[in-house]
Amino acid sequence: MAGSLVEARALTKRFGSFVAVDAIDFTIEPGEAFGFLGPNGAGKTSTMRMIGCVSPRSGGELRVLGLDPVHDGPAIRSRLGVVPQEDNLDTELTVWDNMIIYGRYFDLPRALVRERAAELLEFVQLGDRRGSKVDPLSGGMKRRLTIARALINQPELLLLDEPTTGLDPQARHLLWDRLYQLKRQGTTLVLTTHYMDEAEQLCDRLVIMDESRIVAEGSPRQLLADHVTREVVEVRLDLAADPKLTYERLTKIGDRIEALADRVLVYTDDGDATAKAIANDGVGDAALLIRRSSLEDVFLILTGRTLED
Amino acid sequence: MATPPMLRVLERELRVYQRLWRALAFTTFAQPALYLAAMGLGLGGLVNAHSGHVNGVDYLDFVAPGLLVASAMQLACTESLWPVLAGVKWIRHYYGIVATPIRPSDVYGGWVTFVGLRAMSGSVAFLAIAALLGAVSSPWGLLAIPAAGLCAAAFCALLSAFAISQDTDLSFPMIMRLGVLPLFLFSGTFFPISQLPSFLRGLAVLSPLWHGVELAREATTGQITAGAALAHVLVLVGYIALGAVLGTRTFTRRLAA
Repeated sequence: MAGSLVEARALTKRFGSFVAVDAIDFTIEPGEAFGFLGPNGAGKTSTMRMIGCVSPRSGGELRVLGLDPVHDGPAIRSRLGVVPQEDNLDTELTVWDNMIIYGRYFDLPRALVRERAAELLEFVQLGDRRGSKVDPLSGGMKRRLTIARALINQPELLLLDEPTTGLDPQARHLLWDRLYQLKRQGTTLVLTTHYMDEAEQLCDRLVIMDESRIVAEGSPRQLLADHVTREVVEVRLDLAADPKLTYERLTKIGDRIEALADRVLVYTDDGDATAKAIANDGVGDAALLIRRSSLEDVFLILTGRTLED
Repeated sequence: MATPPMLRVLERELRVYQRLWRALAFTTFAQPALYLAAMGLGLGGLVNAHSGHVNGVDYLDFVAPGLLVASAMQLACTESLWPVLAGVKWIRHYYGIVATPIRPSDVYGGWVTFVGLRAMSGSVAFLAIAALLGAVSSPWGLLAIPAAGLCAAAFCALLSAFAISQDTDLSFPMIMRLGVLPLFLFSGTFFPISQLPSFLRGLAVLSPLWHGVELAREATTGQITAGAALAHVLVLVGYIALGAVLGTRTFTRRLAA
């Protein structure tokens, strides 16, 4: 597709005999927030590193910003912003110098770097921490500094690998808010996550990855419509009853069921009616939970496993 | 005009050093003074009382350039092991750098350049104190500074290329004790390699330190000849080039796999 920012065809990454990314296809368009959703070890980080031109592909085709990473790595990287999964801030420098020196890696003029560093530190609400060392900052602050640093070259594409993993809920929401603002300003975001709520909140379009492959693609809404019913009734297993029998009885009531260790998910378009039917049947524990289906359910139905596995 | 990527890495190292140099200033001056007092004046007094001189010069004059370059080498070796592993393992900032237009080979080149320059700055203090003690008899002696820088860069080029490939620092103390210390002692630093048994003499001539020491010694004693100096420089540059080939490979393998 003309004008795509990233285009991958049969993209593959092998480490020795291990296949980390197995012939995946995807396209990322300007201005969208594109997500790779999947459990740990699905190949998300390897894919991101190939897009970031720090890991050569083992097979297939990849174009980033219309260029080939094999030949134009430095030229592509000069137009990318990268927020890695593990912080790699320069702990030997202050917050301010982290911004300045990073800008200098892009060979930006010193005056320009100072101007942008001041703006970006304000944007991520670290304006008052300029002189601080990196180590005393909280996890959320470090992540915000990493994002500010990644924006110093005004990237056309911002790559975020598990941006909120390990952060407390408040820090996550602050970060989502900043990312949402970037999205509104037109920055193209590419992120990996194993949090379905993060994917639903931020992504216009996403692919679900499992075991090195892409198993589904679409907008969050489209994925839900294609793969799951509108609602789910969660039934806690009655410890005294035979689980097999419980599954059989629930299968008759719902459109389809998924059995987890401690509970059964009953998929249905009408949660209330199904809950009533379950209660009348007397199957399972008395406690029922009716909720809307989520991307977690899509993943579960496609792979038979949960994202946190 | 674009700044060469290697120099952008050097800028980072200088920024870090800017914060540290005051703390390091005392050792920069104290170490040469202690070395020269003990070896040059103390031991030298004894040597001079017995044989009068080494290779036609006072022992202090003989040992001062040796200590100068050997100190530069020692600094280069420690700086090429732990800080390089820190960059990829403990601080991990190398990964941040290679996400920008900078390549792994630039990270390597910037570090080797920095260590060479830092060794030279330390040598300035060393040479000044040696000169005060009367151990520098020729204005050519100033060449001891770049000689120390080249020698430090040669060691850094080789050891950094190795250090980046490691997962722990377990092998580093061994390298310092079994590799660096023998070179420090037997590369013509404290006595001429003509004192060594002939089979060891051949090995000593391979030591980058010997070439650095000889170059500096010829300079400070004023016995420098263009041919010999050029040969020493070429050997040191050769080691740096060898390191660059290896370092480009190992840094790329570690940082961009």
